[in-house]
Amino acid sequence: MKIDRRDFLKLAGIGSAVFASGLGGWDHWAKRALAAEDDFFFVQLSDTHWGFTGPAVNPDSAGTLKKAVEAVNNLKIQPDFIMFTGDLTHVTDDDKDRRRRLSEFQDIISKLKAKNMRFMPGEHDAGLDEGEAFKKFFGKTHYAFDHKGVHFIVLDNVSDSTSTIGEDQLEWLSADLKQQDKNSRIVVFTHRPLFDLYPDWDWYTRDGAKAIEMLIPYSNVTIFYGHIHQEHHKNTGHIAHHAAKGLMFPLPAPGSVPVKNPIPWDANQPYRGLGFRNVEAKVKETRYAISEFSVRGEKL
Amino acid sequence: MKSIKSGLLIYSALAAFTLISMRGYLVAAENERVIQITAKKFEYSPKEITLKKGVPVVLEFTSLDRLHGFNCPGLGIRMDIRPGKVNRLQFVPDKVGTFPFHCDNFCGSGHEGMRGMITVTE
Repeated sequence: MKIDRRDFLKLAGIGSAVFASGLGGWDHWAKRALAAEDDFFFVQLSDTHWGFTGPAVNPDSAGTLKKAVEAVNNLKIQPDFIMFTGDLTHVTDDDKDRRRRLSEFQDIISKLKAKNMRFMPGEHDAGLDEGEAFKKFFGKTHYAFDHKGVHFIVLDNVSDSTSTIGEDQLEWLSADLKQQDKNSRIVVFTHRPLFDLYPDWDWYTRDGAKAIEMLIPYSNVTIFYGHIHQEHHKNTGHIAHHAAKGLMFPLPAPGSVPVKNPIPWDANQPYRGLGFRNVEAKVKETRYAISEFSVRGEKL
Repeated sequence: MKSIKSGLLIYSALAAFTLISMRGYLVAAENERVIQITAKKFEYSPKEITLKKGVPVVLEFTSLDRLHGFNCPGLGIRMDIRPGKVNRLQFVPDKVGTFPFHCDNFCGSGHEGMRGMITVTE
């Protein structure tokens, strides 16, 4: 028997006024129960590399992110939140430039209609100053939050330039996971892949296996990441890893060419290989339906 | 008396072990080749290295500016190159071929291009 929100309120013998009151543990329990009923969408935007210039790779480097913002704003259903999985800006060796780029990025994405935005850094944002500038603009580089019955964990595997998560953060992860049931719905966001996708190209996290080992006892874990500028799907055991496209330049498939360089712009297929994704969290089914979109908002 | 005998026995064993270890080290030191490599933003010098299969080698890395990395997945070797010290990596190439290496500690705007190649011959 399916119980919808209204039926649940009747069965529970409580009205919406109680939910609005914010009183007591019953209210908390009921909210959690209701939240678990709801499917929802979030959008993943990744590797926007604001500040990059290179006409042969992207002659519209100053316009691509703005087009993506417009495309997200034109989605029929606005997402519950938007997750940026790192490399918001392109690396610069100058700290002032880094802060200027972060500020410009912040200004552009402030035009998004969905105001619930979550951020994490990529190595381009945080690898040279241990995340100092990023934190000033966007806050913590690793954290967790709950949304409608799903526990989200944001891991930082870039602020340490050695591509490691680090013992302190791993301890934090361990403590966070201990608060979860083994069958909790868990989604992890990272910038780099946690598994050894292609170490020759630095597509791995040096201590990523430790994080995966901690996640293995939990039966419903899905990981979304960026870094590799292309869609990629892989399972390590029962854990699914989904890489997202970037929004500045695509990169070749792992190991497909001797040297990793951005794929040149194709005037016949502008913005090819760039885009964002919409993720529908089917909470009860514990699965995530991924829809890929082009920079201009066409569903692919 | 018994304890003195035991002490002597342990001392003799330790001395023998040390001598064997030192001899082993000397043998290795005589055969091994030492290659000095400097790392700086955003290059290695030299960036092309030729080695012989089965001949022990020590790569001595020095960073001229900041933390860099050396990662050669094809040969299964890596190390952090920390500034202010000589970073020694000792190994024996066990296969013939060309093996790219790269900096795997993010070091700045030219990080992606900080690469090199090891060639191992028969």
